Amino acid sequence: MSTRFAATFTKPHPALVAFITAGDGDTAANLDALVAGGADVIELGMPFTDPMADGPAIQQANLRSLAKGTSTADIFGQAAAFRQRHPDTPLVLMGYANPMTIRGGDWFAGECAKAGVDGVICVDVPAEEDPELGPALRAAGVDLIRLATPTTDTARLPAVLDGAGGFLYYVSVAGITGQQQAAQASIDKAVARLKAATDLPVAVGFGVRTPDQAAAIARVADGVVVGSAFIDIIAEHGDAAAPHVEAFTRSLADAIRGAKEIAA
Amino acid sequence: MTETTTLPNSFRTGPDERGHFGQFGGRYVAETLMPLILDLERHYRAAQADPAFKAEFDHLLKHYVGRPSPLWFAERLTEHLGGAKIYLKREDLNHTGAHKINNCIGQILLAKRMGKTKIIAETGAGQHGVATATVAALFGLPCTIFMGAVDVARQQPNVFRMKLLGAEVVAVESGAKTLKDAMNEALRHWVANVHDTFYIIGTVAGPHPYPELVRDFQSVIGDEAREQILEAEGRLPDMLIAPVGGGSNAIGLFHPFLDDADVEIVGVEAAGEGLEGKHAASLAGGKPGILHGNKTYLLQDEDGQITEAHSISAGLDYPGIGPEHSWLHDIGRVRYEPVTDAEALASFQKLTKLEGIIPALESAHAIAAAERIAPTLGKDKLIIVNCSGRGDKDIITVADALGVKL
Repeated sequence: MSTRFAATFTKPHPALVAFITAGDGDTAANLDALVAGGADVIELGMPFTDPMADGPAIQQANLRSLAKGTSTADIFGQAAAFRQRHPDTPLVLMGYANPMTIRGGDWFAGECAKAGVDGVICVDVPAEEDPELGPALRAAGVDLIRLATPTTDTARLPAVLDGAGGFLYYVSVAGITGQQQAAQASIDKAVARLKAATDLPVAVGFGVRTPDQAAAIARVADGVVVGSAFIDIIAEHGDAAAPHVEAFTRSLADAIRGAKEIAA
Repeated sequence: MTETTTLPNSFRTGPDERGHFGQFGGRYVAETLMPLILDLERHYRAAQADPAFKAEFDHLLKHYVGRPSPLWFAERLTEHLGGAKIYLKREDLNHTGAHKINNCIGQILLAKRMGKTKIIAETGAGQHGVATATVAALFGLPCTIFMGAVDVARQQPNVFRMKLLGAEVVAVESGAKTLKDAMNEALRHWVANVHDTFYIIGTVAGPHPYPELVRDFQSVIGDEAREQILEAEGRLPDMLIAPVGGGSNAIGLFHPFLDDADVEIVGVEAAGEGLEGKHAASLAGGKPGILHGNKTYLLQDEDGQITEAHSISAGLDYPGIGPEHSWLHDIGRVRYEPVTDAEALASFQKLTKLEGIIPALESAHAIAAAERIAPTLGKDKLIIVNCSGRGDKDIITVADALGVKL
């Protein structure tokens, strides 16, 4: 695990993991707002023409970004600049296989390392296709963050965990981003099952939109992932979204920190 | 790419146990779908080993689809071109008017075996949607068809057909609102409904085992053609020609002949307005990448963003191609040639006038390639062209292109 992840997940409170799409709105300002508001880990989405696992909000963010001409080079530029401004906040690139592998896994892993990216989430490279990215990322010292879902059964879990790093991302609903939320009881049960199988921190996402939901998840998990709710704010406020992003981040961060104190 | 390819002893043994044809194919899906994909593969292996499954498949193909489809000697077209003898494999005569139904029968039998109670599919021109809605009606299962909003508008007769058959048609508004986006939306729906829903993919693409099982269900085309040409001519053909979008009709014809070294095989890609302009020729104009669950040749930019395809034939209007075709292309067993909208349009009319057969615009691409190649071969040579579908669905598009007001 990167030292930034290690430091983050030893904080006294669970981590707020915040997702925004690169190139949608004023990315640098929004990233700064996330950090200022208390986000512990940043997921920067790489836009793709065909975001098959995403709901309408993030689909639109992808298209807005691509329509503005966002390139892979731009995204690494934003990542490197973020690392200059925020030396301690873990940064994760999240996206789809084709933009990540088009120049080869080694190229991508090398660029990640150069830009100071700590981890990568690739939606459509499951454990079975690990050779596509996994070896290159591990060799470059970049954590490959794997996804576990409600359909990941106990027999399959070891394969998912093999080669995984950073944290384990539990996708709490079988579905796409930004839609329905999972029942809290099912999340509690799943997190307990996952934590019994791995020492990696477990972060929970998909359908988490409010401070209350985030707090409920924070009582059992090591991290809470929020994405589409940020994207909605950026869609509404465009290039002037940063203050709104910061305020919403703070409301989530406060709820998550409060939750753990109650639990303790 | 840089990988060296060793020619195998047989071209018919793929994919490997991980679903790869050389570097192509694979299972590039979200984790939520992965357990289901593995389950589908287990059920398919069991079905392959079960004589009752094959018996039911064969029964439905014979009595419901109307197989075997004829192998027609196109005598007037042959005389007109003055070269090789041209035979047409008449998939246009199948129930629902194209080869698509062969695969739908196979997959709905698998859905039944797996205990799935809902069917979904994507469609471009609507042919696969109609075939899926047809088998869903036959088996009494509710069915949802995802279709790009642009395609819904330009294929109204097929949309109405699907609705008559009891299917719900969802007009997909994302992206360019065509086949690629319909497939994205079908995958999104599937991910949220994996517990009870079977996705009938319409071509030899998507995550393993789809390219394999669709090929196997479509191989009835080549198996029959082989028997029929032996009966008619007493020998194997010198050449096979078929149109390739995703490539299911083509692989169905080609696969049983892949190990016959003397049979030359030609796949025809849609060159649209020409390879310099808008087209759908993934092999001629694309490079390997990952989309919709598999690695294959794709139309894309240097950052791996997928670019829009174009073909006058909605069934070929897709920026990718089945992974087995990508492999056959790379190892050189199959030669792929481009045919433009204009050439296909001319052949559409020519076949109609000379043989009294209105071919699908997809099939017209293969006819155009045959027109190009046949005159260069001796009269003793034999070509089988896959007439993959009938062209009734295309008459509005053709009238438009010819400037005729209906």
